[in-house]
Amino acid sequence: MRTTRYGALAMAAAAALALSACGGGGGEEGAEEGGGEAGAESVRIGIKFDQPGLGFDEGGSYSGFDVDVARYVAGELGYSEDQIEWVEAPSANRENLLSNEQVDMIFATYSITDTRKETVDFAGPYFIAGQDLLVPVDSDITGPEDLDGRNLCSVTGSTSAQRVKDEYAEGVNLIEQPGYAECVSLMSGGQIDAVTTDDIILAGLAAQEANQGQFKVVGNPFSEEKYGVGLTKGSELCSDINAAIEKMIEEGAWEEALANNLEGVDYEPNAELNPPTPDDCA
Amino acid sequence: MDSFLSLFEQYDVAAAFWVNIQLTFWAAIWSLLLGTLLALFRISPIASLQWFGATYVNIFRNTPLTIIIAFGVLALFGQLSVSLSSDFNLNFFRLAILGLSLYHAAFVCEAIRSGVNTVPLGQAEAARAIGLSFLPAARLVILPQAFRGAIAPLGNVLIALTKNSTVAAAGSVAESAGLMKTMIEFRSDMVIPIFFTFAFGFVLIVIPIGLLTTWASKKLAVSR
Repeated sequence: MRTTRYGALAMAAAAALALSACGGGGGEEGAEEGGGEAGAESVRIGIKFDQPGLGFDEGGSYSGFDVDVARYVAGELGYSEDQIEWVEAPSANRENLLSNEQVDMIFATYSITDTRKETVDFAGPYFIAGQDLLVPVDSDITGPEDLDGRNLCSVTGSTSAQRVKDEYAEGVNLIEQPGYAECVSLMSGGQIDAVTTDDIILAGLAAQEANQGQFKVVGNPFSEEKYGVGLTKGSELCSDINAAIEKMIEEGAWEEALANNLEGVDYEPNAELNPPTPDDCA
Repeated sequence: MDSFLSLFEQYDVAAAFWVNIQLTFWAAIWSLLLGTLLALFRISPIASLQWFGATYVNIFRNTPLTIIIAFGVLALFGQLSVSLSSDFNLNFFRLAILGLSLYHAAFVCEAIRSGVNTVPLGQAEAARAIGLSFLPAARLVILPQAFRGAIAPLGNVLIALTKNSTVAAAGSVAESAGLMKTMIEFRSDMVIPIFFTFAFGFVLIVIPIGLLTTWASKKLAVSR
């Protein structure tokens, strides 16, 4: 009797493994086909899957400002909704995804920097974010200068918190967590006074259902991050994408996308810089 | 090559590795103490202590280390306000050592138990025959031989601990895995060299441990 039971268990495990292996393989195959025909059939777009308000996986459908801009741009390039293949593009993998041609474009809170320009091309920017602080609604913090002696959370591998320490408040206590969700959970527990990163990411966190009404974005941005569209080096899509972004802004779809995704949060993007004009293509 | 070397001016790689070595050092001491105690529980004649030892090992050996470390920060510090030091960063360092020690104690316990199994039953019977009760028998006869038989598996635990110390990045300790993430984020032109730098760093730390334990396990083996 015992052997039969273990046998059945082993069978079930083997079946599960085989099934999941099939799933993974299928996805990769699809990606290769898309690449082979120079994106004629479908377009592969890299987005964040874990950034509420920007790029978020809601069990198979994707939402967020980055996603909406990507959809609009893909539409302008002639791809319908079901020709888009969404690919997860975590921060550390973005350059690799592009240089290995595993994606055609990346819309993933991707700041345009000179180091990155050495390995990838950028279209845009389609948004200009700035580093800001997320604090509980009843907090008296109005900017990075108020953080002396307070606890500030950010994500491992970003220097945003270090910048606050170096340039604004020497006495700030830094804590690094694997993700912003952990930072927010610590702030709910009262151990953290502020979370720092780009203002739009913070607004997306505050707009989450579980966090509604608990946190506010301070609204005193102290850096400039130009979110661009990551492209393979030497890509010819740049000027078409820029035209699509300009059209999106002109039509008001840009503003609508921003409002839809950050509903219920007291947050205005830096009005002096937004909506931005795309840079010239290199 | 110049831009590769500039990485080391920009980021203090050696300091980050030093944090890993410190984490490993303290966690090795605490997990050895706790693991030895657990092993004593498991070989003791008292049923409730045996049960406790076995339960501890099964729980901590089968829980992912990341979860234990994250529990330290999110639950102990975040919700229960547990503080192991008044210094903000030292608190996380100690929480990480606590998590690493609790986890590896389960493996140390099992390594020592495997060492106990190398001690012939006659040794325990002889110890009893000359009138030693459990604790003196364990202290004077069983454990000294068990440790000498367990050096190789203990060395493996130490090697695993050294590499697992990178998980402390999840607990807000500024060690090498966290620095690697930062470097990849800001020097995307150098991803592969950065990767190899850290891989090489760990190989450099771990190889001497392996050589030392192999040598020691041969040198100290109880010849029977």
